Amino acid sequence: MNIEYDNKDKLLTIKINEEIDHHAVEKIRRRADYEIQRYMPKRVVFDFNNVSFMDSSGIGMVVGRYKLISMLGGELSMINVKENLYKILKMSGVSNIIPIKEAKI
Amino acid sequence: MKDLYENEMKLEFLSKSNNEAFARITVAAFAAQLDPTIEELSDIKTAVSEAVTNCIIHGYEDSEGIIKIITKIYHNTIIIEISDTGKGIENIDKAREPLYTSKPNLERSGMGFTIMESFMDEVNIESIVGLGTKVTMKKKIKLLKKESEEELKNNLLFT
Repeated sequence: MNIEYDNKDKLLTIKINEEIDHHAVEKIRRRADYEIQRYMPKRVVFDFNNVSFMDSSGIGMVVGRYKLISMLGGELSMINVKENLYKILKMSGVSNIIPIKEAKI
Repeated sequence: MKDLYENEMKLEFLSKSNNEAFARITVAAFAAQLDPTIEELSDIKTAVSEAVTNCIIHGYEDSEGIIKIITKIYHNTIIIEISDTGKGIENIDKAREPLYTSKPNLERSGMGFTIMESFMDEVNIESIVGLGTKVTMKKKIKLLKKESEEELKNNLLFT
C-alpha cells in the first residue's frame, strides 16, 4: 500500500497494491484509518490501479472508510477502477454514493 | 453416474483467511479448461471467494475447521460445491437478502449471496444448524469467441 499526501490540496491518496478480500481488508482498514486520522485530509482518493480482484469484503472496507472520512468532514473518491471491480461497486450501490473518477485528479 | 462428468476435482483446506486467494485461484485454474472469457473467470473467482469467506467468518466464526470444495465440469457447465461443518445458517432466506449481515460490526456488506447469485447462473444453499452449510453454484460457460491461449495463461498467472 502506498500513501501519498499533498499538503497544499489536503489530498490523501491511498494506493492499494493487492487483491482485496477478507484476508486483506483488515490490514488495509487499519493502515487507511491511521493515515486518515493522522492527516485529516479534505479529500481522500482510493487508487485501485494495482487491484485486479475485489469481493464484497472490499465493499465493506470502502463504505467503512467513507463513513469515517465523511464524519471528519472530508470527501472520498475512487480512481483506476477496473471493470470487474466496477461491477461489484455498481451492484452494491457503492458507486452511487462514492464517485468513481476517470484518472488522477 | 460418475462417468457422466467430464472432470472433477476435490479440495480441502483449513479455514484460514489466507486460503481465500488459494481457493479462488485453484478453482479458476480448473475452470480454465472450459475456455471461459476473462469476465466469466473473474465471476467464478468472486463467487468462490464469497462462499469461502462465509465459511470462515460465519461457519467457523474464525475458529479452525475444514472447508471442502468439489468442482465438476459437465459439458460446458461448471458446478462448484463449497461446504463447511460449522454452525449452519438459521434463516437462509434472510441470509440471501441483499445488505443483510449477521455481522455488521465486522464491516460486512451483506452482499455475499447477492454477488454469488448474480455472478453464477444458479446458487443453492443447504444448511443445518449445528452441522454445517453447503453452497452449490452452477455456471454455464458460453461458447462464444475464445480467448487466445496466451491471454488466458496471462490472466491465470497474473490476476
